[in-house]
Amino acid sequence: MSDTIIKEQIFKPENIVYKKTDLMTDNVLSYCPGCGHGTAHRILMEVIDEMGLQSKTIGIAPVGCSVLAYEFMNVDMQQAAHGRAPALATAIKRLLPDKTVFSYQGDGDLAAIGTAETIHACNRGENFTVIFVNNGIYGMTGGQMAPTTLEGMKSSTSPYGRDSQTMGHPLKMTELVAQLPGTYYVTRQAVHTPAAVRKAKKAIRKAIELQQQKVGMTFVEVVSNCNSGWKMTPVDSNKWMVENMFPFYPLGDIKVDGKLVKEV
Amino acid sequence: MGKELRLMKGNEAFAEAVIRDGADGYFGYPITPQSEVMEYLMVEKPYEKTGMVVLQAESEVAAINMLYGGAGCGKKVLTSSSSPGMSLMHEGISYLAGSELPCIIMDAMRGGPGLGTIQPGQADYFQVTKGGGHGDYRLIVLAPASVQEMYDFVEISFDLAFKYRNPVIVLTDGAIGQMMEKVYIGEQKVRLTEEEIKEKYPWATLGKTPDRERNIITSLDLDPYRHERHNIKLQKKYKEIEKNEVRYEELNCDDADYIIVAYGTSARISQKAMDIAREKGIKVGIFRPISLWPFPKKALRQLSERVKGILAVEMSAGQMVEDIRMHSVETTPVEHYGRMGGVIPTPNEIVDIIENTFVKS
Ligand SMILES: Cc1ncc(C[n+]2csc(CCOP(=O)(O)OP(=O)(O)O)c2C)c(N)n1
Ligand code: SF4
Ligand SMILES: [Mg+2]
Repeated sequence: MSDTIIKEQIFKPENIVYKKTDLMTDNVLSYCPGCGHGTAHRILMEVIDEMGLQSKTIGIAPVGCSVLAYEFMNVDMQQAAHGRAPALATAIKRLLPDKTVFSYQGDGDLAAIGTAETIHACNRGENFTVIFVNNGIYGMTGGQMAPTTLEGMKSSTSPYGRDSQTMGHPLKMTELVAQLPGTYYVTRQAVHTPAAVRKAKKAIRKAIELQQQKVGMTFVEVVSNCNSGWKMTPVDSNKWMVENMFPFYPLGDIKVDGKLVKEV
Repeated sequence: MGKELRLMKGNEAFAEAVIRDGADGYFGYPITPQSEVMEYLMVEKPYEKTGMVVLQAESEVAAINMLYGGAGCGKKVLTSSSSPGMSLMHEGISYLAGSELPCIIMDAMRGGPGLGTIQPGQADYFQVTKGGGHGDYRLIVLAPASVQEMYDFVEISFDLAFKYRNPVIVLTDGAIGQMMEKVYIGEQKVRLTEEEIKEKYPWATLGKTPDRERNIITSLDLDPYRHERHNIKLQKKYKEIEKNEVRYEELNCDDADYIIVAYGTSARISQKAMDIAREKGIKVGIFRPISLWPFPKKALRQLSERVKGILAVEMSAGQMVEDIRMHSVETTPVEHYGRMGGVIPTPNEIVDIIENTFVKS
């Protein structure tokens, strides 16, 4: 018996090397295995937890694969109509300026149907944080073309590849909002490697910290994979993302302290 | 009723009532004939007096979703618009109804369809009483017919909205909004504090505290059986509203041979028609539904048993008349007189119709 390790021994605080934040519920994630959404959720909740903001936080879930974000994030949340999360967040932050407010949105939600709400919330310099998960596709509805779908990229509604002459060009929403005076911190991150996750978490922390100072919109894009929509294995999708998405959507800060740090 | 007397436009009275009732936020997009509401609020600066937020949104779509966010936090929020803007809002209204969120939406109707006209109309009746957005939901709809009611209905609407956790429509039109009348103004109410909101509305998303589970405001449920139960709960609530919240006014109905059924501006014009008819010896009364939903079915049915004819007067091709027909006894003829496209009926036209369709036949 003496060399059998029992649960209580493993759970000793000194043995714990990683613990799920209490701000993630125990509900089983609805995301496909390998999808970046779950990691993005976790680091956002870790930041809220580490900053002790749970009791002050109100989050907005979008329409998209992360529509059920409120099942996984253990904070007060509202579920918005497709694309309208920034409108909800605007009102909440205006009515309750000392709360921490974030919207969590996909690229179809934020850059297609919700373009107006996104641009105007940014332009008014609303003091909330946008987490924008860009996977270049409509994941939830089965892999249709998104405004962010790369040129030549196949989707169920661009089965021969996106032809920008007839289907429009992929939209760099993050570069677009960085040019608006209302945005204060705009960055593009990813969550495909441990190093990227650490960086992305730092960026989210910075955004939430800046939100406390009420300096304007803080906007964090997370370029992510949609292995199901892209019809690849998780490993291949991450490789494809690095080779194809990152050259068009380069990672790094775009605007810091209200100033562009990159040519857009 | 308040003690302070002022001469005001309907739209201004509505805006003043919003401030006085202690509203937390107004979110709107300009459209004739109700732009005075936001203009008045911007001039009055309630954010300095009561802390109320006034924000010009980028569209009606954004405005209605701002209401969703604010209402989800237990705040007293409202918007105002007119017909084309209302059409844009109905997706959001469906979400508000589905998530059971309280708010006021004022619709100063204009003639349609399409961009139509900026002149008054009453053709949004179907849209607000029968649906407009998707799904099985109901909105409480109140129709003011005077500047005083534009004022008074704000408090009543907020009370109903929070009592039932349901959006309330104040259905008016450009004529009521633009006309000036005396109006009694009430006392300034104090806005609720965050602690008071937590106490009164435990469902509000104000931040998850250790003493409770997280609050979620959503209209989504992917489990059909659970979602059906949610729908059944909504239907029960609507039944309750139908039982408790019927409002109407009867004018000279006791001895009437004929009654005009009309609301809002049409009811005001019909009053004049009633006076002219009575001078001619025709006993006309007016039945004015104030709550268009819940529709005053029972009262109308009882009245329909006693009279020789009913005339629906509406500034539409005939929308409320369908409800009137449904809730009148079959033996009493129901006729409709409507003007469209922004044309307001005259009292004499209405009297002519009564004489020609009922009295002479
Ligand atoms: C008004 C409206 N139109 C369309 C839809 C259908 N719809 C649901 S999710 C979605 C796309 C979501 O894509 P994205 O925002 O990129 O999120 P992802 O699933 O990729 O994370 C669409 C079109 C809807 N729910 N509502
Ligand atoms: S469909 Fe795509 S975005 Fe949605 S959960 Fe699956 S991998 Fe993630
Ligand atoms: Mg997407």
